[in-house]
Amino acid sequence: MRLVILEDYDQASEWAAKYICNRIIQFKPSQGRYFTLGLPTGSTPLGCYKKLIEYHKNGDLSFKYVKTFNMDEYVGLPRNHPESYHSYMWNNFFKHIDIDPNNAHILDGNAPDLQAECDAFEKKIEEAGGIDLFVGGIGPDGHIAFNEPGSSLSSRTRLKTLAMDTILANAKYFDGDLSKVPTMALTVGVGTVMDAREVMILITGAHKAFALYKAIEEGVNHMWTVSAFQQHPRTIFVCDEDATLELRVKTVKYFKGLMHVHNKLVDPLYSMKEN
Amino acid sequence: MPSNKSVSDAPIFQFTNCRILRNHELQREDLWVREGKILNPEKLFFDEKGSADIQLDCKDSIIAPGFIDVQINGGFGVDFSLATDDFKSGIDLVSQKILSHGVTSFCPTLVTSPPSVYHQILPQISIRNGGAHGAGILGAHLEGPFISKEKKGAHPEHCLRTFEAGAFQDLLATYGTLDCVRIVTLAPEMKRSSEVIHELTKRDICVSLGHSVANLSQAEEAVQHGATFITHLFNAMLPFHHRDPGIVGLLTSDKIPAGRRVFYGMISDGIHTNPAALRIAHRAHPKGLVLVTDAIAGMGLAPGRHTLGQQVVEIDGLNTYIAGTKTLSGSVATMDACVRHFLEATGCSVETALEAASLHPAQLLGIEHKKGTLNYDSDADFLMLNDSLYVQATYIAGEQVWRQDTLGM
Repeated sequence: MRLVILEDYDQASEWAAKYICNRIIQFKPSQGRYFTLGLPTGSTPLGCYKKLIEYHKNGDLSFKYVKTFNMDEYVGLPRNHPESYHSYMWNNFFKHIDIDPNNAHILDGNAPDLQAECDAFEKKIEEAGGIDLFVGGIGPDGHIAFNEPGSSLSSRTRLKTLAMDTILANAKYFDGDLSKVPTMALTVGVGTVMDAREVMILITGAHKAFALYKAIEEGVNHMWTVSAFQQHPRTIFVCDEDATLELRVKTVKYFKGLMHVHNKLVDPLYSMKEN
Repeated sequence: MPSNKSVSDAPIFQFTNCRILRNHELQREDLWVREGKILNPEKLFFDEKGSADIQLDCKDSIIAPGFIDVQINGGFGVDFSLATDDFKSGIDLVSQKILSHGVTSFCPTLVTSPPSVYHQILPQISIRNGGAHGAGILGAHLEGPFISKEKKGAHPEHCLRTFEAGAFQDLLATYGTLDCVRIVTLAPEMKRSSEVIHELTKRDICVSLGHSVANLSQAEEAVQHGATFITHLFNAMLPFHHRDPGIVGLLTSDKIPAGRRVFYGMISDGIHTNPAALRIAHRAHPKGLVLVTDAIAGMGLAPGRHTLGQQVVEIDGLNTYIAGTKTLSGSVATMDACVRHFLEATGCSVETALEAASLHPAQLLGIEHKKGTLNYDSDADFLMLNDSLYVQATYIAGEQVWRQDTLGM
């Protein structure tokens, strides 16, 4: 893996956005040849989305030939509820960029047949030619998407019941009222994300430090599902200093020493204007 | 990009680079319009997989709902209380001209007149949507003749009437028809007013208290029977007194039926109401304040003499008096000037000033589900204003119906 350590949240967000920007532009997407991106929600990627929007508004990055697949969506929450992941993606990303609505895929948590919805989602990914870059986050319990502790590391898109840790973490979005937090969600599986050609995990904040330690310094374990990516050929973990608080000094020093190599991936920052 | 709109093929407009008035605040959001209504872009994106056909850069303008003037007696030489042969073209002229003041809907107002005038004029007023031809007509506002002699203001005394004998039937006989009537101003201390107010309210006509010497109890009783508005607060009513606040006391009365709100019109032209009085009213009951122009025929014209119903008035700057007297009679201020003056005099927020001329009159008339806001599915009647609240462009049903010459759109 690459472990890219930036000083704070803003710098980590910017590095991640630059990386995504460069990957899209270097791919040279065009009609019939789309760049497929897997996308997360939550507070961690907000800074990254803001930077991507900035690059778009400056004319440096277009999402015209980008297809997106979100990781998850709550079950039973009305689609226009302010806390649904559809609302999140619209307000924080889609409404600010030029993506074709036909290319923005999010699981429908109100589908009449939830498993059929999940199967159809897997098919859509397959039809799109697989995911080029799957961006994700990590839960405080080490989960990727809603693959809660105990999820099979070969799992596919399916219905999951949320763990208490996750419900507690999400309560802040529902006025702190636990009874209002959805208890089930549709989510891509660990296996689904592992199929992506490249994976980038964003981890910021001290409250995620223990999960990061479990994910990269301990073994592959279905109790800390992000650990599965130790077996993926191309994974980047982008984090801030606070997220490294539970790692061994040796690990941190090693990867910090590689920053000059990592930074070649984002510098120079490409622009579609040059094309 | 190819759009796959399943609901409609009508073009979708996206107004960008603007601040829109929504949920009582100016938000940095785009305004989406389709088929004359405000469109929900999130629904468009996810349900229809649709996107904008035409994007318009608003150059950082403020976008607010169109203004609604519920008390306007005429303008540009036209007097709504004068029964002329070309009354219809007169009302058309005014409705077209006030677009430049930001007014997208209005209630043509008739002052106290003889029954013959009502019988001639009212059938010629029809409720209609606005458009390139002019602002929409929501219905007539009949101010009088059932008002108090002591507070007649500029209304002609010989035309004042009571409905003591036949209550509602008297009123109906006087006006001839109530078909296109939206608001009636009357003095609630008059005998049998409760019955009349009740009947009018039943017919969905807004009853307003004004030109009256009613005390607070009489005013409260009128509200209990259905009255919801006060015509130009402070003017033509008893002054506020600390042992009997009169009609003004309705602003803080505890006898208003639950779930109802009393609205009050204010002419904020800087003349009809001292700014301090305007501030007192606003602070006492901010959600009820409705800006009105009470504009007369001389509005938009040069100073001099003009008619107002049966009277002659004289205009000197912003002052309008019954010729030869110091009795105020209507105003020549425009709605956008009233909004600016209100903002300056009260120090309120831009949002508050704009809502006093849009949301509140819409709420008064019970039409806020389609007018007075920029909520999704509302009629797309809106204005582009600069930061000093000067109107740059006016839109009705999503169509630009007026614009300032210097605007680059």
